[in-house]
Amino acid sequence: MNTPLPRWTRDQMAARVARDIVDGSVVNLGIGLPTLIANHLPVGREVILQSENGIIGMGPAPAPGHEDYDLTNAGKQPVTLLPGGSYFHHADSFAMMRGGHLDICVLGAFQVSAHGDLANWHTGAEGAIPAVGGAMDLAIGAKRTLVMMEHLTKSGESKLVERCTYPLTGLTCVSRVYTDLAVIDVGPTGATVVDMVEGLAFEQLQAVTAIPLGRGPH
Amino acid sequence: MIDKIVESTAAALADVQDGATVMIGGFGTAGLPDELIAALMDQGARDLVVVNNNAGNGDTGLAALLAAGRVRKIICSFPRQVDSHHFDRLYREGRIELELVPQGNLAERIRAAGAGIGAFFTPTGYGTVLAEGKETREIGGRMQVLEYAIHADVALIKAERGDRWGNLTYRMTARNFGPIMAMAAKCTVATVHEVVELGALDPEAVVTPGLFVQRVVLVPRTATRGAGFKAA
Repeated sequence: MNTPLPRWTRDQMAARVARDIVDGSVVNLGIGLPTLIANHLPVGREVILQSENGIIGMGPAPAPGHEDYDLTNAGKQPVTLLPGGSYFHHADSFAMMRGGHLDICVLGAFQVSAHGDLANWHTGAEGAIPAVGGAMDLAIGAKRTLVMMEHLTKSGESKLVERCTYPLTGLTCVSRVYTDLAVIDVGPTGATVVDMVEGLAFEQLQAVTAIPLGRGPH
Repeated sequence: MIDKIVESTAAALADVQDGATVMIGGFGTAGLPDELIAALMDQGARDLVVVNNNAGNGDTGLAALLAAGRVRKIICSFPRQVDSHHFDRLYREGRIELELVPQGNLAERIRAAGAGIGAFFTPTGYGTVLAEGKETREIGGRMQVLEYAIHADVALIKAERGDRWGNLTYRMTARNFGPIMAMAAKCTVATVHEVVELGALDPEAVVTPGLFVQRVVLVPRTATRGAGFKAA
């Protein structure tokens, strides 16, 4: 039996992503794990959140009893609007993405390849109802697409892969992956480790990762 | 005199034909024109092609229309929901056709129709199964996919305030597909919670100018599902 690897918690992962989002960024946080990032943006850093259903300057969830279901995010959860925020229709919303006006988009993923291919919308399982939503638009639209995901599947397989076996969301669109074990840059030159959870050896990380990892200057 | 105010949802939808392509606004329940969907259900048109971001929730509204076998095909981006059981069943039984479209492509294809654009190239979806069989081209160093406009016979949308020329304002994120669907259909029917005199809507704040709208129906303001909508 192997000793369990040290891991970041989901909140620590979110905080690690938040650390890299600079003041003044316009950011779209995908449904799932990435939504946690909003709770960890450092105080004093002004970051504008966009949600693709048609809101920019999105604030936190309202107090209980003050939910307004005309004011929701892309996960259809009630949110609030901060001063300076605005509403717009869907074509404008996706123009913000496709047009390269968003600085950062953070998405969840099933698999990411060494070159930054992303699979995050469909497992391709027999009988599964396909649903894509804004995933493909988000993946290719922002200036930087980041992924936040567990390093391994529930059955212990690497989610960083040579080639995605699940249906693709986008090609060579991801630039950095934040997992519960490490922060890894991906792209044309392959994968490079930027940061690792404390107490984890590079060899241990490589042993559970299905693609060759380079060592970054950390 | 121009007067687009129609007295009832039934009157507004009386001429919807079998086989019509019907755009329905809304993202989840925000902006979903419940009263118009109910009226379409009562009206009886069959063999419909529905364009909506989703494919119905629960047992009412669009889900009821699907369950009644009235929809031949749905064009949407996100059919799968925790409560999309009617769509799921029909899809698995092969009784409804699905055209799955990335959400931004769906929005732009609708906008293109309204703007008189036949088709456009977009990087979204390139290299994925949703672009299979579609024309591609390298533009500006980036591979892009040809996507065609989606036109509709009828658009059913929910707005907030309107006047007899059909000028509309919306409320918060309930705006979503309303303005672009209004542009893409031959006949756009909008519900509003308040009908005002011409000139009462701030011209700087009109979102959909009236020429995009053919019929306006006043419906009572009701709580959107979940809670919270404060009655005026």
